[in-house]
Amino acid sequence: MSIEVKNLVKSYGAFHAVDHVSFKLETGELMALLGPSGSGKSTLLRMIAGLETPDQGEVHLTGREATTLSARDRNIGFVFQHYALFKHMNVRENIAFGMRVRKAPEAEIEERVDELLALVQLQGYGKRFPSQLSGGQRQRVAVARALAPRPKVLLLDEPFGALDAKVKEELRAWIRRLHEESGMTTLFVTHDQDEALEVAKKIVIMNHGKIEQEGTPLEIFDRPKTHFVAEFVGESNSIDVVAENQGLAVWGPLRFSIGDIPAGRRARIYFRPHDVYVSTQQESLQVPGTIETTRFKGAFMELEISIGEGKNVVAHVPKGVSLASGFEKGRHVWLGITGFHVFQDSVTV
Amino acid sequence: MIGPRNESPLVQGLLITLTYVFLGLFLLLPLVTVFSGALKSGWSVYLAAISEPETLHAVKLTVLAAGVSVLLNTVFGVCAAWAITKLDFPGKNVLNALIDLPLTVSPVISGLIFVLLFGMQGWFGPWLDAHDLKILFAVPGIVLATAFVTFPYVARELIPLMEEQGRDEEEASLVLGAGGWQTFWKVTLPNIRWGLLYGVILCNARAMGEFGAVSVVSGHIRGLTNTLPLHVEILYNEYAFAASFAVASLLALLALLTLAIKNFAQWKNARLLREASQVSEGES
Repeated sequence: MSIEVKNLVKSYGAFHAVDHVSFKLETGELMALLGPSGSGKSTLLRMIAGLETPDQGEVHLTGREATTLSARDRNIGFVFQHYALFKHMNVRENIAFGMRVRKAPEAEIEERVDELLALVQLQGYGKRFPSQLSGGQRQRVAVARALAPRPKVLLLDEPFGALDAKVKEELRAWIRRLHEESGMTTLFVTHDQDEALEVAKKIVIMNHGKIEQEGTPLEIFDRPKTHFVAEFVGESNSIDVVAENQGLAVWGPLRFSIGDIPAGRRARIYFRPHDVYVSTQQESLQVPGTIETTRFKGAFMELEISIGEGKNVVAHVPKGVSLASGFEKGRHVWLGITGFHVFQDSVTV
Repeated sequence: MIGPRNESPLVQGLLITLTYVFLGLFLLLPLVTVFSGALKSGWSVYLAAISEPETLHAVKLTVLAAGVSVLLNTVFGVCAAWAITKLDFPGKNVLNALIDLPLTVSPVISGLIFVLLFGMQGWFGPWLDAHDLKILFAVPGIVLATAFVTFPYVARELIPLMEEQGRDEEEASLVLGAGGWQTFWKVTLPNIRWGLLYGVILCNARAMGEFGAVSVVSGHIRGLTNTLPLHVEILYNEYAFAASFAVASLLALLALLTLAIKNFAQWKNARLLREASQVSEGES
């Protein structure tokens, strides 16, 4: 089942939670709605599920208009941020709920519940109550409950938000596998870019109720279209420059070729720490600098390098390279920028 | 907050003694007086007093008025609490404030409201008289006055509980395909049952003991429009002390029973509230 939203608008008083948003999710796709808190992503998800009524715009499910359809008639699986398990029901009753209210035969319900308990690896937990489960287990019960009535679409609101890192990691892999096996159209909301980049095949980035960019994780990461995306996704050095003649911008000793931005216009340049090439000997187009701080980040070292005039650049260097090159505080190095993005500011100087 | 550990043993002892002395003087002593007064002339007088037809009628009327009030206010209380905590609509805060009105208005004034509405000089009086319908100085008036005074108890008990529980479970039920009615019976009601019971018990206790409002609308017709509290007053004013205390002891017994059930429901409810907040803390 495909999901399409057209020009959706939702305001709370003067606050525009969702502001003319349109996108389409094809059958079987796995998409993330990524954005900071308050960007309207959860409201958007709730409108698709029928839990909020849009002020304007349309929701289409399987190509059919569903804007006025009530939540119970949309046949959508929804996993809530805080799981929303029924406290007074045990795990089996929770999972069976969606089938019971639809008056499915009891034998079929029992069979389906067993199947789902196996799927979420919670056999033997059927008689437990939600209060007797860990966060990760509750989350899996919530997913099983949402899947029980065989929905055509699965929506998840911050599904990994409240879990600790290790459990989060397992559940991410599990959700991805679940999607690959079931082929169910899946849309999840997250504020965690790593989560979106890792799990989703497609990402919609939202900010202030609007879509900033839509694309594959690779496109989003490598070709950010807006300031916001460049800053929000992945780490970046961001510098403000003024364009000079011949499409050149100067920042300390660094030169950037910024194309056809007219001279005198302000521009902002973003470059990622791993796009800073650091070496101990001068190579072509490199500028000198001094390492000010080093931070161990696991697989890589984070170096903060002063390039003079009070300007600093953050670089990520593989741990092995860093050790072999003897990168440490006070060391003189050479660096070059291998990739950057430039955005012209609308205001002139 | 100042913990008890910060106080010297002397102050602690003083505070505890003071509390017990007050409790004894103002609560325990009257209760003992009621029962000793009732049984002063012996069991036979006591039994005769409470099996008198007028007393029995007062018991019946009290149970009827309390029963109808509790039923009405339970339905209303659940509706109001549901609306206030699970829905968004204009005027919600006004409704929330208005529910408390019967608590802040003197019961005598509550009774007067009904006299002004249904009395011969009132808004509906002439119309009711023309159609030979009796509300004032009759059973319907007593039921109405009782229901009005006890109106907030169930709603007040449920609103904080339902607010704490939030809308998540209802929304989950809805997207899983349940209708509003199914959601209420299968999800909401089981979550609020102990709070509801507590509210119903409080409402019932207040309904049975209501004096002021009922006194205004009843007309004190013996064997017809006398409730238990009114009957106690009449007997007392007639110097039938033993009988008056005997009837009063019936009300006191009802109060003690209510207290016992209330404490049980409160204990259950507090446990549920604690669980609810623990669950939401564990998740956030």
